[in-house]
Amino acid sequence: MTTPTAVALEDAKVAFRLGDGRVYTAVEKAHLAVAQGEFVAIVGPTGCGKSTLLNVAAGLLKPAAGSVKIFDRPLAGLNRDAGYLFQADALFPWKTALDNVAIGLEIKGTPRSEVLPQAQKWLTSVGLGAFAGRYPHMLSGGQRKRVALAQVLIRDPKILLMDEPFGPLDAQTRQVMGNLLLDLWNADRKAVLFVTHDLEEAIALADRVVIMSAGPSSRIIGDWRVQLARPRDIFEVRMDKEFHALHREIWSVLKDEVMKGYAQSTHAAEAV
Amino acid sequence: MSRVTLLALQVLVAVVCIALWQLLSTVPVFGKILLPPFFFSNPVDVFSQIVKWFASGVIWKHLAITLWESILAFVIGSVAGVLVGFWFARQPLVAAVFDPYVKMANALPRVVLAPIFALWLGLGIWSKVALGVTLVFFIVFFNVYQGVKEVSRTVLDNGRMLGMSEGQLMRHVYWPSALSWMFSSLHTSVGFAVVGAVVGEYLGSAAGLGYLIQQAEGIFDVAGVFAGMFVLSAFVILIDSGVTLVERRLLVWRPTAADGRG
Repeated sequence: MTTPTAVALEDAKVAFRLGDGRVYTAVEKAHLAVAQGEFVAIVGPTGCGKSTLLNVAAGLLKPAAGSVKIFDRPLAGLNRDAGYLFQADALFPWKTALDNVAIGLEIKGTPRSEVLPQAQKWLTSVGLGAFAGRYPHMLSGGQRKRVALAQVLIRDPKILLMDEPFGPLDAQTRQVMGNLLLDLWNADRKAVLFVTHDLEEAIALADRVVIMSAGPSSRIIGDWRVQLARPRDIFEVRMDKEFHALHREIWSVLKDEVMKGYAQSTHAAEAV
Repeated sequence: MSRVTLLALQVLVAVVCIALWQLLSTVPVFGKILLPPFFFSNPVDVFSQIVKWFASGVIWKHLAITLWESILAFVIGSVAGVLVGFWFARQPLVAAVFDPYVKMANALPRVVLAPIFALWLGLGIWSKVALGVTLVFFIVFFNVYQGVKEVSRTVLDNGRMLGMSEGQLMRHVYWPSALSWMFSSLHTSVGFAVVGAVVGEYLGSAAGLGYLIQQAEGIFDVAGVFAGMFVLSAFVILIDSGVTLVERRLLVWRPTAADGRG
């Protein structure tokens, strides 16, 4: 039996029209498939369009060419099978942590009396059971991410799209959040597309690591399978010999792109 | 500084000012009274005027009228401001077309409208309400417009990805955002509602605090003018503290400057 493909980008090209009428191609002919239950990380230098690719999979952006298929059906409009975890704060500041989690089910029309116990359960499972009544500004950055994770997961999406979700957090909190994510993911193994600029994070979390070249017109230039055993502990796995070997191998490819990316961004800054 | 010391100092300022006023308006300095009673009256007279108003009960009617006008002006102005603000923010074309006229109407000093409103709506409360509405409307309108336009892109995208329909986005995202902007200007808009009412009364009416002051002024009763001013200030402070209470309840979710990052 073959596992179905959750997300398939086929020769997807993303372009934006700039203010002066020129067309900026962010991503060129991206070909990427995420199988059901697979955790795929996209890594690339800053500005390579990895978040753009994620937005295409979410349906927030339309590809200029190529197609997006979700469970073998072409995507029209927003991706209703996906939950999206944003890099920036996306919680509703006027709702308490509990209400922020509950809203995902409430808008489906589930009665509030049924939703609230579930929301409380999810808050507890991300370790914030005691913080239900807090508003987002009363929580730390890491706690806000936990609420955001619960907010997405309560809807039980088949696909998880994550855009550098732990980017703004400090190094220790990121690892703790990574482990929390793996624990929750292990329970039902959703398809995950995880964008990050941190190669170590990508290898520690994912089944596959996809590398993108520096933008503009960036392409997917590498695809590695991570064979590390599951369940993993992010703290432990970084000591593993296999981890180091893989890291060295991918980094040798990624390094050039990172340098190119830097050169381009400094060049662009000089031009301005 | 403790609260008690602060309060004591605050009271001290009032005591010193009133004492000076009383002294300079009754006791000659170098054979000359520095604050002639005709122009400045004196605290005792002003106070007894206030006591007389409250003792006889005439003041209540005027207070009630002014309060009622302020409330009506605030409610009507706010509702109109919210509706139009929402409409303009969601329909950029409408906003662009009306932009110069909105600016023009807002640039007009509202006092000049008072005679027109008096002409159209008579000398009763409605001409005062109309004046207050023209003041409140623009404050609320600009804030709601801004509030709807400045909804965070990420929060909006998050709402969409969570499956919200346009109506649900309205209710869970645009509306709270606009309201928070409106409430942040609550003190100003309530203040302007009172200003509209009092100025309207002053320019032509048969009741209200503005009318009291205007009447006293008409017969050179300076004590009456000052008494009216003090009652008016106390009235505004009372309303303002009411607004603060409402604000605390409604904006609990907002970070205050003092509590920093958790």
